[in-house]
Amino acid sequence: MEGKKEEKKPKNRVKMREQDPLTRARNFNEVPYGYTPFDAVEEASRCLSCKRPTCREGCPVEVDIPGFISLIKERKFLEACYKVKGKNALPAVCGRVCPQEIQCESLCILGKKGEPVAIGNLERFVADYEAEKGEIKVPEKPKPTGRKVVIIGSGPGGLTCAADLAKSGHQVTLFEALQKPGGVLIYGIPEFRLPKVIVEREVEYIKKLGVELILDAVIGKLYTVDELLNDKGYDACFIATGAGLPIFMGILGENLNGIYSANEFLTRANLMKAYLFPEYDTPIKRGKKVAVFGGGNVAMDSARVALRLGAERVYLIYRRSEAEMPARKAEVHHAYEEGIEFLLLTNPTRFIDDGKGNVCGVECIKMELGEPDESGRRRPVPIKGSEFQIEIDIAIPALGTRANPLLTKTMPDLKLNKRGYIVAEEETGMTSKLGVFAGGDIVTGAATVILAMGAGKKAARAINEYLKWKYWDFKS
Amino acid sequence: MFKILKKKELSDVVTLFEIDAKDIARKVQPGNFFVLKIHEQGERIPLTIADFDREKGTLTTVFQKVGKTTYHLGTLNEGVFIMDIIGPLGIPSHIENYGKVVCIGGGVGIAPVYPIARALKEAGNIIISIIGARTKNLIFWKEKMRNVSDELIVTTDDGSYGRKAVVTIPLDELLREDKDIKLVIAIGPAIMMKFVCRTTAKYNVKTIVSLNSIMVDATGMCGACRVEVGGETKFACVDGPEFDGHKVDFDQLMKRQQMYLDEEKIALERYREKYGIK
Ligand SMILES: Cc1cc2nc3c(=O)[nH]c(=O)nc-3n(C[C@H](O)[C@H](O)[C@H](O)COP(=O)(O)OP(=O)(O)OC[C@H]3O[C@@H](n4cnc5c(N)ncnc54)[C@H](O)[C@@H]3O)c2cc1C
Ligand SMILES: Cc1cc2nc3c(=O)[nH]c(=O)nc-3n(C[C@H](O)[C@H](O)[C@H](O)COP(=O)(O)OP(=O)(O)OC[C@H]3O[C@@H](n4cnc5c(N)ncnc54)[C@H](O)[C@@H]3O)c2cc1C
Ligand code: SF4
Ligand code: SF4
Ligand code: FES
Repeated sequence: MEGKKEEKKPKNRVKMREQDPLTRARNFNEVPYGYTPFDAVEEASRCLSCKRPTCREGCPVEVDIPGFISLIKERKFLEACYKVKGKNALPAVCGRVCPQEIQCESLCILGKKGEPVAIGNLERFVADYEAEKGEIKVPEKPKPTGRKVVIIGSGPGGLTCAADLAKSGHQVTLFEALQKPGGVLIYGIPEFRLPKVIVEREVEYIKKLGVELILDAVIGKLYTVDELLNDKGYDACFIATGAGLPIFMGILGENLNGIYSANEFLTRANLMKAYLFPEYDTPIKRGKKVAVFGGGNVAMDSARVALRLGAERVYLIYRRSEAEMPARKAEVHHAYEEGIEFLLLTNPTRFIDDGKGNVCGVECIKMELGEPDESGRRRPVPIKGSEFQIEIDIAIPALGTRANPLLTKTMPDLKLNKRGYIVAEEETGMTSKLGVFAGGDIVTGAATVILAMGAGKKAARAINEYLKWKYWDFKS
Repeated sequence: MFKILKKKELSDVVTLFEIDAKDIARKVQPGNFFVLKIHEQGERIPLTIADFDREKGTLTTVFQKVGKTTYHLGTLNEGVFIMDIIGPLGIPSHIENYGKVVCIGGGVGIAPVYPIARALKEAGNIIISIIGARTKNLIFWKEKMRNVSDELIVTTDDGSYGRKAVVTIPLDELLREDKDIKLVIAIGPAIMMKFVCRTTAKYNVKTIVSLNSIMVDATGMCGACRVEVGGETKFACVDGPEFDGHKVDFDQLMKRQQMYLDEEKIALERYREKYGIK
């Protein structure tokens, strides 16, 4: 400790220790170890406790950032956690997966000159501290209102809305199609980025708030929303079913064996624990040479899972350049460190059959950046004659997802946009159907955990109002 | 948790379960299937709902032991619980009065074709059923099929029971002689469905098949089950499982079904060793 005394306000943020890249590239353990209490206090001491904290504007669920950081400074770690939980029912998750660099941290005043306060790392620390101490505090049960609300989908949007409504005293039932709750947090984001015990812990907390969770229930098939509202006596409904339909590229050979949508690859690995095959029954192909297509979080996760399943080489093929990659910066960095090979400005044109129905290669074409498109990003255009082939035995398109019509097609009176997403008011989640609210990826298209949570929170507030007044005025 | 209320061995390798699943039974229709997962470490596998009783709240399913999960399932007894059952899934069969329909069940495919034949019969159709298997002791539900059919033909590959033939031979004869046949429904191994479609194509008779591609979630989220139908990629779990057989790329389906042969072998051998099963 000597030599540190005089630096009361260290300039640089305290780094989290991480597993060595080459070791971790072969195991499924979490990459960063998290802060020690000492690290946390040190990092917290950088925060200026601003009177008008700009950071808060960057948090869709309105965490009292200076408030909880001040409690860390005083070493009141549990109180700090309760403070966060007042606004955010999933702090251990958000601390790990929020794209802080474009949310809260992007607006931290310290970011103007140097590095912003590591708000995410601190949030993660207090949540883990609480869990480790085993002192999970459940707020006192409010007086029951006698109202029943049904929520469809147990991803971050559904969980947040359920927690808030239960805290208001409503009777909440949460239906989930899969055998485990958590949505993308369980089936998509891998263990080494978000250990599943953490998701389970956060779900336990929500159950303790009194939420009834019903798994294996595909709404639209098992019940329709009308049956729930009319026959089962629910007063309102919140739909947070995510954007779960994989997009394929529509190129030749895409249905060959060895080509997985990222959803399938990650679901097998994470939800079904295929990386533990044959201890677990679900198989997954362990490729030697794997190509992943895309530049988002989903592509990074797929590439890093393939590596951990024993691949010798993993290529990440993206048609734009690194600057346009939508993935969290930290994850791109981790992927580089672990040895993922980035083939940028490259696009696949067709898959090659080994003659037995398995993929054995992919033909790609080089791209260059042309004029900006509607999104303002420069549009990649193929360079004629630059085709080349790579030998692979597994290919994983991770090009995003679409709206799953399974539920919405049973609701003819629900207004959808032309891409099949539910039309809902941004501030309330109100839809064209009386008593039905929606939020998260099924409204916005694939976005982020924290935006889905923000939508869940706003909808909970609006549902509260609706249950009081039964007033419905949907304009749109 | 879903309780097995009744178990019946239909042959050495085919078993029937009646399962307590009130909510699903309320909604199920012919052509639907469910997904089950036996226990925590288990995989999700799809099975067709071969019968149901809405009053009692039960589902009947008939499965053939082909690999680790179905062998394990076969060891479960009455009173035991299955951890997860998800359904009813898939688009139900389209039932209307077509006139005369041929229903073909090959092997364990007899079970899923039964509720469809029954519903078509109730809708006023004349039903000719063909059920076939490799050998005698793989034939089951002969009486049940007879009860919903105007005519029943039984075939075995080895001639140990019924007619010595594959199902396409009596089918060809029927189509040749009877121009009133409006529709053929075939459920069984992919190879059988492929040859049924070849046969019916000659006579230009519409043919519906039920595809058993490998599935994971069975709600349209993963694309494991994708099949090419009329040159387009479809997801068997949500767009099907029934499709116009004349448009299906059966060769691709069969290749995709074999994707995990190595892993399936490992799983089954390990399972047999552990429980001392030959
Ligand atoms: C691999 C991957 C990595 C990601 N990484 C990040 C990251 O690092 N940071 C970040 O912020 N975001 C990340 N995202 C995006 C983020 O996970 C999503 O934006 C977020 O989970 C959306 O939440 P949601 O509540 O809208 O839906 P989801 O999380 O998609 O959950 C929807 C749930 O509804 C269920 N459901 C669907 N239909 C039905 C039905 N008919 N009946 C019952 N249940 C149904 C589904 O099974 C699912 O459990 C990632 C996404 C993926 C796929
Ligand atoms: C819609 C549908 C309905 C079905 N209905 C029935 C039925 O009523 N009775 C019946 O006996 N079988 C049915 N099947 C097939 C049944 O799902 C497979 O036999 C079962 O999954 C085999 O699992 P296993 O572990 O015992 O064998 P494995 O050794 O794992 O596999 C044996 C073969 O079964 C197929 N298979 C393996 N895993 C899956 C999976 N997850 N999903 C689908 N197929 C798989 C593969 O082609 C494989 O080669 C149906 C399949 C589908 C898609
Ligand atoms: S929830 Fe996310 S955006 Fe909000 S403070 Fe925490 S890390 Fe930042
Ligand atoms: S803006 Fe930065 S320094 Fe100011 S309160 Fe927020 S985290 Fe602390
Ligand atoms: S099984 Fe996953 S989409 Fe059909």
